[in-house]
Amino acid sequence: MKGTAVSPGIAIGKVFLLKKIEVESLQKNSDDPQKELAILETALKKSALELEKLIQASGEKLGETDAGIFQAHLMILQDDEFVQTVRDHIQAEKLCAAYAVVKTAEDFYIQFMQIEDEYIRERAADVKDVGMRVIKSILGTGTGLEAMPDGSVIVAQELSPSDTASMDSQKVCGIITESGGRTSHAAIIARNLGIPAIVGAGGITEQVETGTFIVFNGESGEIFIQPDGELVKKYIEMKAVKEKHKKLLMQFKDKKTFTHDNHQVELYANIASQNDTSAALENGAQGVGLFRTEFLYMNRDNEPSEEEQFVIYKKVLSDMKSKPVIIRTLDIGGDKNVPYLGLEKEDNPFLGFRAIRICLEKKEMFKKQLRAILRASIFGRARIMFPMISCLEELMTAKEIISECMQELDKRSIEYDRSIQIGIMIEVPSAAVISDILAKECDFFSIGTNDLIQYTTAVDRMNPKIAELYNQYNPAVLRLIKTVIENGHKEKIDVGMCGEAAGDEIMAYLLLGLGLDEFSMSPPCILNIRRLFSLADMNEAVNDAQTVLTMKDAREIKKFLEERNKKISER
Amino acid sequence: MKTMDILLQNETGLHARPASEFVKLAKSFEAKITLVKDGKEYNGKSILNVLGMGAGKGTKIELRAEGEDEETALEKLSELVKSFSE
Repeated sequence: MKGTAVSPGIAIGKVFLLKKIEVESLQKNSDDPQKELAILETALKKSALELEKLIQASGEKLGETDAGIFQAHLMILQDDEFVQTVRDHIQAEKLCAAYAVVKTAEDFYIQFMQIEDEYIRERAADVKDVGMRVIKSILGTGTGLEAMPDGSVIVAQELSPSDTASMDSQKVCGIITESGGRTSHAAIIARNLGIPAIVGAGGITEQVETGTFIVFNGESGEIFIQPDGELVKKYIEMKAVKEKHKKLLMQFKDKKTFTHDNHQVELYANIASQNDTSAALENGAQGVGLFRTEFLYMNRDNEPSEEEQFVIYKKVLSDMKSKPVIIRTLDIGGDKNVPYLGLEKEDNPFLGFRAIRICLEKKEMFKKQLRAILRASIFGRARIMFPMISCLEELMTAKEIISECMQELDKRSIEYDRSIQIGIMIEVPSAAVISDILAKECDFFSIGTNDLIQYTTAVDRMNPKIAELYNQYNPAVLRLIKTVIENGHKEKIDVGMCGEAAGDEIMAYLLLGLGLDEFSMSPPCILNIRRLFSLADMNEAVNDAQTVLTMKDAREIKKFLEERNKKISER
Repeated sequence: MKTMDILLQNETGLHARPASEFVKLAKSFEAKITLVKDGKEYNGKSILNVLGMGAGKGTKIELRAEGEDEETALEKLSELVKSFSE
């Protein structure tokens, strides 16, 4: 069986099945409303006490965000309308206390889900969670999580904040849920706590019971129920190897990034939402090299307001403390479905109306994002980065729009970082070729290899038929990268990279030798690259890069670099 | 009973933090606080009701206060709403 892997690691243990309460099987009616009302009052008091305890405990254990969730829960629990509606159901319709709570929570849930506001929708889930807490208290069942034995793999339909807060994370070796995606509560908590997890494992709660032996891989998403001895042995070995490696890597967590001969570079994280900062910090990122802002604009009916964006940028900047955060302005095109932008379907979306081209045209929308970033800039170290720049005019126009935004903020007497750094992505070959001109007009470059390779080699990276032609070792691509780094350095600006190549250990070594200053990658790659660099020698890397540049084809380059990588790793 | 019409001008309307601040202040008065949107009444002392209104930016609402301290209630609550857009 397979699910979506959301937190890496291997789990081997016994299932602890978190049973959900079957709402359908609850008794509906009661002849004694007075008794039901009394049951309700007791349950409400007990639930309030539990929540107060959770507020205190989660402040210490999981951080302030969780305490905030439970404060919201307490407010709902003590809400006049909530309590009164439950009482009305009990008295007027002669419902049982538990059933009346279910009905009330469900009604508010439906009402909230109809409102187009992310915050209110989140509260909808909270109303349900509070309802379940009261019902459990009425039925006296509890989550049972308190009685969970050591080394358990929690299997559940889904995990609510109440569930995760009442579990002892020391006893959990893995989490599997039926619902949810990468950003579900269970996934985020699991990553934060470093517990392997899989979500979206449909039907798993029907296939196991508490005590069932289970093995799963939090990287591939594979789940094995009651596996045979051979497989268990294999996974125990795999787990031991991974844990040893992880321990080795953890020594590099709070260190800067130096080569063996003390050349220093920066390793940053790529993030795609405000929830990814903890993963970045856990993995020792020295900053954020690419904060994708597309998620703010997608899966909704209207563009995000300045205020909404400000709140999110501010959170990311303050979560990253004083580390730099490069915020990339909207990079979206005709291949993504953003109905309210009214983009037409194009025959060649990757060569079409996308990214900065859209932003320069839809100026008011662009300005909202820029003002939000500027306003947030005083809460950390923000940098602004424009995607898909292909000529100088685009950069100059975009910079002009930033000046307009600054003037508007000045008029509103709103503070912002006046010396905010402005940079561009180099992902279009034309930009790489004129990088000497562009370098005079911006504060940093970040090379986007995914698109740079695709545009340079005229290979659609999504087309499997020509996948072999999409090659990061293509000498033409390498020459462009070299040109960009040299031109950046001539103007004394930093040159980074935020494509896949920066986190690939074989490529990263070559980039080090070419003089790249900053490497931005998905968080789990960071420590591995930091360790590799600590074993490498800068002089050697520079020589190796020069050798590579004399080579004629990708295969030869790849072979050479793989051999070098092997030698260095064994040091 | 005292009433007053208010236009929500801040970005988030009566969502998120503004909603809970409104409810907290409303609860400090003796008077019954009611919000009316599109002819429907909502309990101003209930966070679930206030959020459930879905009153975003640009919404017009009527604020009602009924009870001994209705005058102060109306004054303070309308001041609070105005302060959101500052």
